[in-house]
Amino acid sequence: MKIDRRCFLSLAIGAGAGIALSPLPWKLTDDLAIWTQNWQWTPVPKRGAAKTVNSVCTLCPGGCGISVRKIDDRAVKIEGMETHPVNRGGICTLGLCGLQLLYGPTRVKGPLKRVADRGKGQWMPITWDQAIREVTEKLSAIRKSGRPQSVATMSGASSATLDALLDRFGQAYGTPNTIRFPSVDDAYHLSVSLMSGGKARVAFDFEHAGYVLSFGAGLLDGWGSPVRMFKANALWKQSGVKLVQVEPRLSRTAAKADTWISIVPGSETALALAMAHVIISESLYQAEFVESCSEGMEGFKEFVAAKYTPDIAAKMTGVDAATITMLAREFAKSKRPIAVCGRGQGTIPGSMDMFMATQVLNALVGNLNQPGGVWFVTDQTMQEWPEVEPDAAAKAGLAYPRLDGAKGMVPLKRSLPNQFVQAVASGKDYPIEALLVIESNPLYTLNDTALVKQAFSKIPFIVSFSSFMDDTAAYADMILPNPVYLERMEDVIGASGFPYPTIGLSQPVVKPQCNTRHVGDVLIQLAKGLGDTMARAFAWKDFSACLEASLGDRFKTLKKSVFQVDKSYQPPAPNEIFASERFSFIPRGIQADVAFKPIAAEGDTGGYPLMLMAYDTMRLSNGYIGNPPFLTKILEDTVLKNQDCLIEINPKSAKAAGLDEGDRAEIQTPKGKALVRIHLDDGIMPGIVAIPRGLGHEAYDVYLAGKGINVNSLVGSLSDPISGFEAAWGIRAKLSKA
Amino acid sequence: MSEHEHMEVSAAHSPRNNLKDGSGGMVFLFFLIGLAASLIVGWVIFPKLLYSQKRQPVDFNHVLHNGLVSDGCTSCHFFRDDGTFSGAPTLAQCVDCHSDVQGESDEEKRFVEEYVKKEIEVPWLSYARQPNCVFFSHAAHVKIAQMDCVTCHGATGESEHLRPYEYNRITGYSRDIWGHNIAGIKHNTWDRMKMDDCAECHQQKQSMLGSVQTQKEGCFVCHK
Ligand code: SF4
Repeated sequence: MKIDRRCFLSLAIGAGAGIALSPLPWKLTDDLAIWTQNWQWTPVPKRGAAKTVNSVCTLCPGGCGISVRKIDDRAVKIEGMETHPVNRGGICTLGLCGLQLLYGPTRVKGPLKRVADRGKGQWMPITWDQAIREVTEKLSAIRKSGRPQSVATMSGASSATLDALLDRFGQAYGTPNTIRFPSVDDAYHLSVSLMSGGKARVAFDFEHAGYVLSFGAGLLDGWGSPVRMFKANALWKQSGVKLVQVEPRLSRTAAKADTWISIVPGSETALALAMAHVIISESLYQAEFVESCSEGMEGFKEFVAAKYTPDIAAKMTGVDAATITMLAREFAKSKRPIAVCGRGQGTIPGSMDMFMATQVLNALVGNLNQPGGVWFVTDQTMQEWPEVEPDAAAKAGLAYPRLDGAKGMVPLKRSLPNQFVQAVASGKDYPIEALLVIESNPLYTLNDTALVKQAFSKIPFIVSFSSFMDDTAAYADMILPNPVYLERMEDVIGASGFPYPTIGLSQPVVKPQCNTRHVGDVLIQLAKGLGDTMARAFAWKDFSACLEASLGDRFKTLKKSVFQVDKSYQPPAPNEIFASERFSFIPRGIQADVAFKPIAAEGDTGGYPLMLMAYDTMRLSNGYIGNPPFLTKILEDTVLKNQDCLIEINPKSAKAAGLDEGDRAEIQTPKGKALVRIHLDDGIMPGIVAIPRGLGHEAYDVYLAGKGINVNSLVGSLSDPISGFEAAWGIRAKLSKA
Repeated sequence: MSEHEHMEVSAAHSPRNNLKDGSGGMVFLFFLIGLAASLIVGWVIFPKLLYSQKRQPVDFNHVLHNGLVSDGCTSCHFFRDDGTFSGAPTLAQCVDCHSDVQGESDEEKRFVEEYVKKEIEVPWLSYARQPNCVFFSHAAHVKIAQMDCVTCHGATGESEHLRPYEYNRITGYSRDIWGHNIAGIKHNTWDRMKMDDCAECHQQKQSMLGSVQTQKEGCFVCHK
């Protein structure tokens, strides 16, 4: 009996037979198949009780109502709130992506303190106690040394109460430098004040309009309340309401309009004034309104007759005189025509000439405060808080002028962040020693990013209250993270462009996911820490108590209903709103020449043959809120390809520069240069190039950082001579092959 | 050595002769050893290796609770207002009675101290959870088809202790799905809950082959 090779072969055969007769191979095959269905990264819906929480979206000034579906404590879907009058069940792509902002990786998880050089991204987590103590000590030292005016705040917060709280902080602490980011709404507001007197939010009864003429307003690209505008457009299509889009580029709005007028950028005011000339000279205006409710018509008539006949305007605008005349007649003869402006999404206020020319057209057809017209809305107001009693130190600080130069020109609260950074950068008047940045990302959103950075580098102490590691937070000295919009309670007054007074109270939909504190709570704690008059001015327990104090009885009902709208609101009759002051065709105290003077783009035509414009799209969030990954995913590859931003250019201009589709090129403006790729598009006027707003972040996460370029860094800042608002709409540029 | 002799010698060493020597028995023995060993591996060791065990976080006594509640299983495993099934109870339900220690049991005391007082959800391990790729509606089976709990879950309600939770190391699924018998043999309806078991019952009930909502049959009834 010998054991040899055959025995082992036999053993193997036996083993094989045995295995085949056992469940092992069959079960393993089954299990492996199942295993492949269970990759750990496969998203699996959570199990639990379903619940819906209603709230208000504050990602843009749209003011939509949202219904968030939750499974247990996890929010799983955001939908439009059916009963909300602004969006009536609809929602935009950004609103849909909100959960990625809540659960995404970009969030700042708790208070952070910078450890290495600024902007190097090295942080040390600290406790809230330490964070508040350190900021309090800093603010206290500055105040004690008699320089409270050198503390500034920059806020893009949507909460009216938080806004008021920040102003109060400035009042009690002693600094005039409380800066808010203005938008197209502020420019409209100012136009009412300049032309009609008084204060009102300008809104549009688009749902009942009979004709819509838009001077570059991206009505379907995210302007005003975007979801509402999409619904309004559906209504226009149904009932045959004509939409005319005046814009140098075939935007989504232009593509969906009935008529697209391609115009030389910056000459829109000339077109509006020439239309006004035709309407007046052909007596197509609403005589009753003009006679009983307006003034200055004669002077205005002479002004446009001399300077803005269709022939003159044709040369400026590139739109031929016959088209201008036709457009003017069509506008004036339509029922309930509305003229509207505010470039793109209207996040940058723009120059006043355009707003005033637009209002002139609306007044000529008598469509102010009429159904289907432009409304001057008075929103619900907050309840008054007890007066602040500034102490001597505060009084001394408040005696200084605001660094942004906005003061007492109009009876409006105005802020000019563009001029503020210029003043800080140039060291004008006095330095800023501490800056608190709230719900905003100035290092990214303001024009001339290099100048903003220069200004910020001069500020020794920057505190960001951002929920995200955005470009400004990354450059701060401390980050005291705010909860995101789905975790906090805040009031939202009015919805951009919506004609009825609304008030909303956003609700915490889920428990805070990170170690955050509401900036309102932090302000109250800081004030308490600073003591004396500060503590007295901020006697509330927390921000919630403060909300209750400003909303009064409405606080409790709003907690349940989420919003209130006054659907029975009627705009004041023309003779009521203009009872004391009539509509003035030329704003009182301003020369017509000055009032209607367009802003020229920066740069000389010789060195820079092209004109660069920024454009807005619904697929790119371009403000404080960075683009969530889903939104970036749906960007066309004619906008962003891999990491490259595409620049839109007419094939003719591209050919002249020796460039073709997909080529790499360098774009250069007086403010900077960047690498882009060429995208040929017949829809853009020759001589113009366009880059989307919202790309080119330096901070955030792998989903956003380093993708494309930030067009704001290529465009300089131009202040409107009347309002001081940011008015740059483009800049001269040149392209060369790279 | 003559050539003849040489041939004889080599014949003596030929394999044929070895067989005759009885090494064929050895080969067969090895075959049997291989067979037996692998059968043991396949039927006994493999199942032991494939499945791991966990203890439930709290040893729950179904019998005891069943005697105290009025609605049987649905007292704790209830349908929500929207028709979805709640599954294992959450702490909120337990707290209704157990905000403080009720009885003598050490396990209850531990439960109250470790979970109720600290407000921590009990991470119950669910024996009968179907894979994620399966859409299963309790409402369709219990409310519409009027099935009882025992048909699928066995006599869990009569247990005094919770048995260990066994799960497949590869797939992570509960052993109850494949069944405790490694050969997949079953004696009761609740012994196994693979797709064939669903199909078996649905085949018998010809009128209930498809989806309750659409009355259609096909993969998408269960695999959404
Ligand atoms: S339009 Fe604005 S407010 Fe409305 S859902 Fe979108 S982001 Fe939110």
